[in-house]
Amino acid sequence: MSYFRAENLSLHFGGLKAVDAVSFAVEKGEILSIIGPNGAGKSSIFNLISRIYPPTSGKIFFEDQDITQEPAYDIAKLGIARTFQNIELFENATVLSNLLVGRHRHSTTQLWQELLFLPSVRAGEKAHRRRVEQVIEFLDLEPYRDKLISGLPYGVRKVIELARALCSEPKLILLDEPSSGLNVEETDDMSFWIRDMKSELGITVLMVEHDMTLVNRVSDRVIALNYGRVLAMGSPSEVQHHPDVVAAYLGA
Amino acid sequence: MRFLFKTDYEDDIRLFPHSGYVYSYGLLLAVLVIAPYVLSSYLMSQLVFVCIYATVGVGLMILTGFTGQASLGHAAFLAIGAYTAAYLQQFNVPFPVYFLAAGLLTGVVGALVGFPALRLQGIYLVIATISFAFIVEEIMARWESVTNGNEGMRVKTMQLLGTTVSRDGPTFYYLCLAVLVLTIVGTLNLLRSPTGRAFVAIRDSETAARSMGINVALYKVKSFAISAAITGFAGVLFAHKLSFISPEMFTLQLSIEFIIVILIGGTFSLHGAVLGAIFLVMIDPFLTYLKDDMPGVIAGAAATLGAGTERAGHIQDAVAAFASANGLKGAIYGVIIVVFVLFEPLGLYGRWLKIKLFFQLFPLYKRATFKRQKIYVKSERNR
Repeated sequence: MSYFRAENLSLHFGGLKAVDAVSFAVEKGEILSIIGPNGAGKSSIFNLISRIYPPTSGKIFFEDQDITQEPAYDIAKLGIARTFQNIELFENATVLSNLLVGRHRHSTTQLWQELLFLPSVRAGEKAHRRRVEQVIEFLDLEPYRDKLISGLPYGVRKVIELARALCSEPKLILLDEPSSGLNVEETDDMSFWIRDMKSELGITVLMVEHDMTLVNRVSDRVIALNYGRVLAMGSPSEVQHHPDVVAAYLGA
Repeated sequence: MRFLFKTDYEDDIRLFPHSGYVYSYGLLLAVLVIAPYVLSSYLMSQLVFVCIYATVGVGLMILTGFTGQASLGHAAFLAIGAYTAAYLQQFNVPFPVYFLAAGLLTGVVGALVGFPALRLQGIYLVIATISFAFIVEEIMARWESVTNGNEGMRVKTMQLLGTTVSRDGPTFYYLCLAVLVLTIVGTLNLLRSPTGRAFVAIRDSETAARSMGINVALYKVKSFAISAAITGFAGVLFAHKLSFISPEMFTLQLSIEFIIVILIGGTFSLHGAVLGAIFLVMIDPFLTYLKDDMPGVIAGAAATLGAGTERAGHIQDAVAAFASANGLKGAIYGVIIVVFVLFEPLGLYGRWLKIKLFFQLFPLYKRATFKRQKIYVKSERNR
């Protein structure tokens, strides 16, 4: 059995088939990229996995467990974290508290304990802080700890969103266009981090990406989508030279 | 300017980041403690109202400022707290018991209001909370066996630990102050732990909060419950201070006053709740002045400028009629809100931060430091 599996996943808005009977599997410890032209249904698949939309039909399995009916907030508790295409950070909070929100799934304290800030809460906070510091170090975010998100440039926000996802210590991470809006240098950094996430942290990565250089550098396998359907699946070069994929991008 | 050199994770957690905070808040507390021995009884009474309004402000701040759920129904929560106290008093229930019961009951009602409010956002939530307030107001007027209807209820003088606590005495003031301080400390504790961060996360992006494992519905209900419970506690003190309660005290206007407290004080900060409460309570003496002294002053000025006695008299009558016109208070509130939203969205506390920074940076402050930037509206957001 594979680590993560989507079976005949469909999402229809009326007559529009955003995702149409898509099936794929992700193996533990691999980096799988989803590519495709705009509107191909890439982000919709992510939104289905993180349960922002309920699928019209089909099933999603994670570690051999059917998660199709789990509520959205339980997905993170299972160990699936994600980033968003148009950065969804908590704008009016500091970087540190954004990252600490990432730790939410590991918090065990009760409301009444927090009201009194009992020693257990204090200990928990320090433990969370320690883990957050490790992520800050991993992604070189030291200069920004106490800054408000609303004052930070786009490139940094993108990294903070990745950091927030990593703070939840996920087993599977969904990256929605990690390089969009980044310059060449930042994209380079991003590709190193993605590979480090796999090799050092042992996280399985599922990624939607347009930048083919990045895709070629990091991906183990690639899936090409168009009009909600899978066109091709395989190694990066196989997929890029697949006639259907060429046709989809260039027009037949 | 002071630079904090952090050497421990504790530095990010503690309530007072450095010794300066301890001294200034210690001084403030000392001033508040000796206040009853210095201030006139009128000012003391105002100070008690500041404490009560600030407590409600903190409660509303949790819901509106930190969780991002607007409410125009907090007068109803205050009423539930007040009526619970007045009702239980009839059965000789001791103060600590009915105080806690009022908070608990209001908290439960708050949670119940929170459930239907889960599906509503923004303006629709405001409408829903207003409707809730109207329902409560109507219940207070009609449920005569419990609330005594429109005739209202008398609230007996408080008995605490065998002593009588007069509503004008220093003990009552200390009690209100203690409730306020405990509320603030509890809220600060909440804000530096996972629940508080979850509230802020929900305010800024529900989608992201959900994908980080936050049960948005549960935390919204929690926020409603906590906010309502705090308001319920304040309601008990409110009832004791007024010694008489009736449905017409808990109208929409009161809810709007609470919104003013957090809006003028500055959303997103507990300082704001307190500053807003001071502002709101102190505006009343100003309105009284407007009504009582202003016509005479203006007429006197007109007479001095050579308007003649008769015309000065006319002017005095006209100004007096204007100053005692119905709804003047509401109009002034409205103008104040509009002015603050336009020119100082961060409220009095925001202004105070700017003044503080001006002195910290002294010769280097630039006009553009706080220039508001244009922020691009997000085009595509998952709600």
